[in-house]
Amino acid sequence: MPELTSRKIPVTVLTGYLGAGKTTLLNRILSENHGKKYAVIVNEFGEIGIDNDLIIGADEEVFEMNNGCVCCTVRGDLVRILDGLMKRKGKFDAIIVETTGLADPAPVAQTFFVDEDVQKNARLDAVITVADARWLSDRLKDAPEAKNQIAFADVIVLNKTDLVTKAELAEVEARIRGINPYATLHRTERCQVKLSDVLERGAFDLDRILELEPDFLDAGDGHDHHGHDHHDHDHHHDHGHGGLKHYHDEEMQSLSLRSDKPLDATRFMPWLQNLVATEGQKILRSKGILAFSDDNERYVFQGVHMMLEGDHQRAWKAGESRQSRLVFIGRELPEQAIRDGFESCITT
Amino acid sequence: MKQFGPGEPSASIISVTDQVRPLALGMAVTSVHFLGENAAFVGAEEKVAMVSPSGEISAVAVHGGAILCTVTDGSRIVMGGDDGTVVALDAKGEVTLLATDPKRRWIDNVAVHPDGAVAWSAGRTATVRSGKAEEKSFPVPSTVGGLAFAPKGLRLAVAHYNGVTLWFPNMAANPEFLEWAGSHLSVTFSPDNKFLVTSMHEPALHGWRLADNRHMRMTGYPGRVRSMSWSAGGKALATSGADAVILWPFASKDGPMGKEPAMLAPLQARVCVVACHPKQDILAAGYGDGTILMVRLQDGAEILVRRNGLAAVSALGWNAGGTMLAFAAEDGDAGLLVV
Repeated sequence: MPELTSRKIPVTVLTGYLGAGKTTLLNRILSENHGKKYAVIVNEFGEIGIDNDLIIGADEEVFEMNNGCVCCTVRGDLVRILDGLMKRKGKFDAIIVETTGLADPAPVAQTFFVDEDVQKNARLDAVITVADARWLSDRLKDAPEAKNQIAFADVIVLNKTDLVTKAELAEVEARIRGINPYATLHRTERCQVKLSDVLERGAFDLDRILELEPDFLDAGDGHDHHGHDHHDHDHHHDHGHGGLKHYHDEEMQSLSLRSDKPLDATRFMPWLQNLVATEGQKILRSKGILAFSDDNERYVFQGVHMMLEGDHQRAWKAGESRQSRLVFIGRELPEQAIRDGFESCITT
Repeated sequence: MKQFGPGEPSASIISVTDQVRPLALGMAVTSVHFLGENAAFVGAEEKVAMVSPSGEISAVAVHGGAILCTVTDGSRIVMGGDDGTVVALDAKGEVTLLATDPKRRWIDNVAVHPDGAVAWSAGRTATVRSGKAEEKSFPVPSTVGGLAFAPKGLRLAVAHYNGVTLWFPNMAANPEFLEWAGSHLSVTFSPDNKFLVTSMHEPALHGWRLADNRHMRMTGYPGRVRSMSWSAGGKALATSGADAVILWPFASKDGPMGKEPAMLAPLQARVCVVACHPKQDILAAGYGDGTILMVRLQDGAEILVRRNGLAAVSALGWNAGGTMLAFAAEDGDAGLLVV
């Protein structure tokens, strides 16, 4: 298991479909006076309007690992660039990786799971997806890349909200929540978001998988937070909740599981490993906090497709509810099979 | 020398730690080469520290940023940097600018040929400048992972994704492509020109016998192989990547095909750097826990050069005569040993 040290350089992955506003956000990050220095790995060299010797052009070269697992793809160029950047440690505080608008975020994220040298020096901080409020709903229908980027996000910057009506905004948010109810969502115009809301979030850090509650109305529109688990509802409907539509995407879903009874580690671990080994192509992200029987420590894990990373996080606090919680985001998830498998790992 | 098993306490190993001349370089070092009798410690950024046999240190500025790759032919060190330049440093400490990438892209790899030709790569383009200062470029399908000149003839091996391209810059013939799935990160010819070996992104080496392009899979490493060194005469290839030095036999015409490698000097730490003695069957191995050992290839007998419990070893190098060993660690701690 990799060490969870703060000396590792945080890496923010910035995704978003063509024209959503990634470059605008990047230019803001680089020009704002925040006292931090970022090394930025970009794809379209020259779009960044800031002179900085730590802007590096990347080729977005994705390759399959030679381990027989077809979804084990990594970004070879990133491995090389991070290796080179580590020679200039101390010259920058954090790294931002911009992906092209058509990129699948999985290979970038997986690079931080499988590459020993990358893991030693850097840690994935969060995947930020910039989405265009006006066009995202259309792209979710015709561009699988756009859907992947939403599903993968830890933070979603819903941009260009000034170009849509209130009803259209509610519509696109509901579409986003139908795919990924767990990401933090910020509504912006011209990517005017507090940088502290998107950078150094620790969202991908095992130490910080704390808030697994669906983050429904975090955009601050005055509604109460929903407390329900939306998977108790039937699928394929949309219905109003105080004016907010509630969609279920037909292809991409999230699934949350919980148990107040402890899990049997000898059953749970093989089950989870087998699940991602067999269904990993469908599972984009997975995260969990686990309470095992005869174990006084919280166990946390997260995964991207078939890759899992997990470790004991800390001792359960006195009086803390020892609840196990897991979430999966993916396409065509075998929901009932996952629920049944999870149930079978609960101690009786 | 007496052979010690891995279970023996390290205190019982012959130690020459008291003969090491410690050097305070004050910078992170990524490689060390000898230029004549001077040891040149290449920094992670900007500078090379030249150290005379008496221990005098003088810093030479070579790049405007990170130094990404280095290679030596014994008379000069050729380096590439993230400032987009290729420079050469000679024994007098003089720096020559050899090339500047027109787009200032990172220079990821460099290679030198005994006749003076130099090769470098930036992204997916490899460039060769032969002794006559002619420049020829060659595009490959994916980013170049490593470059190496064949010991004979002007032939350049370019490692990339899914294999190695063998390019003859002075011939019109089509380049030869040696295919093997995966990402190939560095490449080396055996000194007898019979074998080509790459280290891969996954913890494995791949090799080809050049006479018939037969494959040699060299696997079983727990970690990626970042350091490879041919023993004197090319009889064996020593590698890092495991908790022992992995030594592949190349003395026969079949190379390591169907053979097990020798595992020398096992410790409870990962080997990071290996450097074979230029004349004798001895190698130096540096470990992640700071240990440096000199190891005799025949029987694995060990001599302790640096104790454990210190920063990981990042560089090892012998002078041409094999009378001096230079080393450096990740934190800049360095030393010279007269053998």
